[in-house]
Parts: sequence; structure tokens; C-alpha cells
Amino acid sequence: MATETHAAAGTAADAAHGAASAPGMPQLDFSTWGNQIFWLSITLVVIYFVLSRIALPRIGAVLSERQGTIMKDIAAAEDLKAKAIEAEKAYDKALADARAEANRIAGEARAAIQADLDVAIAKADTEIAAKTAEGEKAIAAIRASAVESVAAVANDTAEAIVASMGGKADAKAIAAAVTARMKG
Amino acid sequence: MEGQLAHIGAGLAAIGSGAAAIGVGNVAGNFLAGALRNPSAAASQTATLFIGIAFAEALGIFSFLVALLLMFAV
Amino acid sequence: MATEAQGGEGGGLVFHPMDQFKIKPLFGGDTIEWYTVTNATLWMALAVLAIIGLMVLGTSRRATIPSRIQSIAELAYGFVYKMVEDVAGKDGVKFFPYVMTLFMFIVFANFLGLLPMSFTTTSHFAVTVVLALLVFLTVTIYGVAKHGTHFLGLFWVASAPLALRPILAIIELISYFVRPVSHSIRLAGNVMAGHAVIKVFAGFAAIATISPVSVVAITAMYGLEVLVAFIQAYVFTILTCVYLKDALHPGH
Repeated sequence: MATETHAAAGTAADAAHGAASAPGMPQLDFSTWGNQIFWLSITLVVIYFVLSRIALPRIGAVLSERQGTIMKDIAAAEDLKAKAIEAEKAYDKALADARAEANRIAGEARAAIQADLDVAIAKADTEIAAKTAEGEKAIAAIRASAVESVAAVANDTAEAIVASMGGKADAKAIAAAVTARMKG
Repeated sequence: MEGQLAHIGAGLAAIGSGAAAIGVGNVAGNFLAGALRNPSAAASQTATLFIGIAFAEALGIFSFLVALLLMFAV
Repeated sequence: MATEAQGGEGGGLVFHPMDQFKIKPLFGGDTIEWYTVTNATLWMALAVLAIIGLMVLGTSRRATIPSRIQSIAELAYGFVYKMVEDVAGKDGVKFFPYVMTLFMFIVFANFLGLLPMSFTTTSHFAVTVVLALLVFLTVTIYGVAKHGTHFLGLFWVASAPLALRPILAIIELISYFVRPVSHSIRLAGNVMAGHAVIKVFAGFAAIATISPVSVVAITAMYGLEVLVAFIQAYVFTILTCVYLKDALHPGH
């Protein structure tokens, strides 16, 4: 310490004096009290004015300003959050609208296709019905002619059998018998 | 002879430091016991803890001072 | 000066634990007048400079996002402000600059005193008695000026049985006037005790065989002293707040 070297010369000189007058505890050497109290009061006054005039108002201002900034930032953040929520809502709404539109278009397309299909099916059904009717008519004609042919064959066969057995065939009776058989 | 008696007195006065140590230990120990029972109240009572310790320790410092006075000032 | 010379191994064992508290004129001369610049003056001035450096220069940028030094200054501000507000009450805030002055001076004097070869101003009763008397006078004058005779309610314990009240009043009165004594001696005594103990251990370091133990002990004591330096400043400040509360709100 600079003081030590500085005071070293003086210390040597007043060593004898100090040893003679100062009691064992330097704290109880009342001859130094006035000096200490004088300098202490200057120190305290200086510290008090520096703190109360400059430092403390400044730090207080900085702290309250920071508090204000933080409050403002929090408010701004909340504002932004609200905006974000609003935007999300709008986006959701647009999405829902688009979805509904798409559903509507798809439904329309489906309905149109269904209508076309119905028409085509109906047409095909009528055609099929006509073809079926024709076919049935042809089958009925064929069946009728077949029955006639069977009756004629049966008559002929019956005449021939009767003739071969030596009897004289009554054409009327044979025809009646064949008709009765074919019905049974 | 008188100086030696003063030294003996100083040693006896130093016992007071040990007594103050007991006091400080009592304060801190009881604070800890209470704080462990109710930790939520502990933080608000640290100032009281330090005040209690300071009062207990001041008396030990007094005995230390008496010892110093006997050593150096008598 | 009492010096014990003990016949150690070879050399002598000499303790001068109190020499470090001697007040010496800084610029030669051997008389100490009231205006003499002494080592006590130097270390008080250094404490003032350190406080200005921390609290004024450190905060000169007024940054919203603080630098390290500004953070420390703000921490000290918040620490003492909260102490005053919590202990002395909301209306005690007007004493905040005063309490802050005491706290900053004591804490800086204590820590500067921990530097090797330095001088500890707070180890002198002259200093601490002035500090304690300032608090005592502030409390008494403010209490009487604000509350008048009602301030005497501090000594008249209304909640006690009537027969006990005079006895309690005497006890309260004594304890009130002992306050500045204990307030000042606690601070100076703690600081002086720590420094003297370190010095005693340093004296033991002259003996080669136990010097390692001595060095370890000095280190441990130094750590304790760092703690004590802060705690004593804290205790002095909080007791100031407690006494101020009595002045602001007398009556139990």
C-alpha cells in the first residue's frame, strides 16, 4: 500500500511518541476521535448527497422505466396474440367455406351423373323389356307350332298303329283321344 | 503481577464468547427446526433470524471487548 | 503496547493484533489534529469513490438492459428498498436515502477493510458510535416531533397488567438508551474481532511446523470475515429500520 511506504518515514519518527501516549487499543485513543468524526461526517454527507441527488433517483427511474417497458411489451404481446387468434379464426372459416363449396360441387356432379345414369338405365330397361317380349312371343309361336306338330304326329302314329293292328281307324275318335292325352 | 491478573481476567472474559456461540446456535437451530416444519413461512422470517443472531452475538462481542480491554487497556 | 514474546523454536513469537487499527497521519508529522489526513481518511475516501463508481458511474448509461455493474447497483437498491419497506413500513420510504447511505458506507468500509494491508474504518468505535448515535438521534427527534408525547407510548406497554407497567417502562427505557451502545459496539466489535483473530493466526505462521495450519486457519477466517462483513452491514441496516419503525409507529 502506498500509504505504508509514505507513512514509513513518519512512523519511525513518532514511534516513540505513539508508544508513550497511545493505549493498547487504538480504538480507545480518544485523541484521534475528533479527527475520525470530522472525516466521517464529511464522508457521510458526500455519500448522502451523491446517493439522494444522483444515484437513487436515476436507479429508481431506470427500474420504473424497465417496469413500464416490460408492461408495454406484455400488452403488445397480448395484442399480437389476439390478432393471431383472429387470423386463425378467419383461416378456419375460409377453410370451412371452401370445404362446403367443394361438397356442394361434388353433390351436383353426383346428381347429374345419377340423372344420366337413371335415363340410360330406364332406356336399357325398356329395350330389354321389348326384346324379352319379342322373344317370349317367338317362344310361344314355336311352342304352339310344336304342339300342333306333336298332335299331327300323334294322330298319324295312332292311325298307323290302329291300321297295323287291323282295325279301321276312326279319325274322329283318334283325334279326340290324342287331344285328351295331350291335355292330361 | 497486576498485568498477569488482567490476563487471567481476559481469559475468563473470553468464556463469554463461547456462551454467545451457544446463544447463536440456539437461535439458528430453532429457526431451522421451525423452517423445516413450515418452509413456506421461513423466507419471511429470515430478517427476524438475523436480528436474533445479532442480539445474541452482541453480548459475546461485549465479553470479547472486556477481554481486549483487560489485555491492552489495563 | 502489550507484546508477548514467547520463546519459540529459534525465533520469537510476537503478536501485534491491534497494530493494524492504529491511526497514522498520511503525510508525515506525528500529531493528529482534527483536520489531519490520516489512513482512516484515505480509506473513507476510497469507500466514497467506490460507492460513486458503483452507484453513479456504473449506472451512467441508464440502460434498460443493465450491464453487470448496473445490475449490482440495482440489486443493492432493491435490497435496501425492500428492507426499508418491509420492516419500517410504507411511510418509512422517506428514510430510504439515509438508510442506503449507512448501508453502502458500512458494506464498502467492511469489504475494503478485508483487502490485505488496508485499514478498516468501521473497526473504530469513533466511527460506529457516530453512525449509531445518528440513528438514535434521528429516531428520537423524528418520533418526538411527529408523535409528541404519544411517542412515550413506546415505553408504556398498554397490553401489560397495570401493576407491571412501571417496571416494564423502566426496562423499556433502559433498553432504548442501550440501543446505540449495542448498535455501535456490535459492528466495530465484530469487525475488530475478525481482523484481530486473523492477525493472531498470522503471528503463529512464524513457527515453521504449524505455519500450514495457520495459513489454512487464516483462509478459513477470511472466508468467515467476508460473510461477517456483509452480515454486519445487513444487521446494522435492518436494526436501523426496526428503530425507525418505532419512530414511525410507536405503541406496541
